[in-house]
Amino acid sequence: MEWNFDENTPIYLQIIEQIKKCIATGELQADEKLPAVRELAVTAGVNPNTMQKALSQLENEGYLYSIRTSGRYVSKQADKSQQLQKELTKQYADAFIENMKSLGYEKDEVVKILADYISGSK
Amino acid sequence: MDVLVECKGLKKSYGKIPVIKELDLSLERGRIIGILGPNGSGKTTLIKILAGILNKNDGEVTISGKSIGIETKKIVSYLPERTYFSPNMRVKDTINFFEDFYEDFRRDRAEQMLESLNISKNSKIKQLSKGTREKVQLVLVMSREAEVYLLDEPMGGVDPAARDYILKTILTNYNENASVIITTHLISDVEKVLDDVVFIKNGEIVFHKDVDVIREEKNMSIDSLFREVFAC
Repeated sequence: MEWNFDENTPIYLQIIEQIKKCIATGELQADEKLPAVRELAVTAGVNPNTMQKALSQLENEGYLYSIRTSGRYVSKQADKSQQLQKELTKQYADAFIENMKSLGYEKDEVVKILADYISGSK
Repeated sequence: MDVLVECKGLKKSYGKIPVIKELDLSLERGRIIGILGPNGSGKTTLIKILAGILNKNDGEVTISGKSIGIETKKIVSYLPERTYFSPNMRVKDTINFFEDFYEDFRRDRAEQMLESLNISKNSKIKQLSKGTREKVQLVLVMSREAEVYLLDEPMGGVDPAARDYILKTILTNYNENASVIITTHLISDVEKVLDDVVFIKNGEIVFHKDVDVIREEKNMSIDSLFREVFAC
């Protein structure tokens, strides 16, 4: 897993986002075991308490489950990963539209630009 | 909450100049805490009082419930701003020195870290660069199984790659029972590993907060907040 953090927003929220993304893209598979908290913290270069907080929250939301003495695993609800994909799609689309709006385009113009761009790049 | 380090009404002055004024601070176990402040704010003085090197003028200071003294020195591992080994010592002598001095020193840990940093045990301290000397010192300090690690500017003289290694060393070597207290100016390098920050100015605490709470409330990094709070 590659970690990238922006220091202006809480790190635990960014960890949650990044793990969700790995689940959505299939980089983390259902029933895959996660490394130990400390190990994850060291590879991400973050505080172990922060990592713990993020993983607990993911567990509460049902993305992860833990087995006592054995560790934490990725939940196998497939609908979760579809839902995640939807969430992320919306997030990326929102960001794109926002950026285009700030350049002064209207929504229907954006659609045309995008269509042109896609046919042009073929 | 389990309090590990506690200061109440702590005062310290050098001659007539007050450096720490009525300082109240309580730090929990299992946290990594950054003590941040501009030059001359009293960071090093505070660390030295906790390490038992300077005496307070007034107030109360306890570590794990004990007043500062031999008993606290046993459980406090202190990294000073400057290294203190004799230039003629070899690296292996410094290891022997620490092993002899501290019951909680773990030789295997120290040797393994020195090896991964490619520092030869046979080198003389005076043959090492300033940065390498600092690394040796940090390795020794982090090889103790202490309850409190006091790191005064642990990354001052080392390159960015070594800084990452040092942070990793800190993250891997402390346990849930211990706390790490770091003073530094290199805030952007350390802020990801901190639990809490204590901002200090003119010997007084400006605030003491959880770093993610700060990011949540202010939408800014600790580095930016520092620049805002202490703008000249």
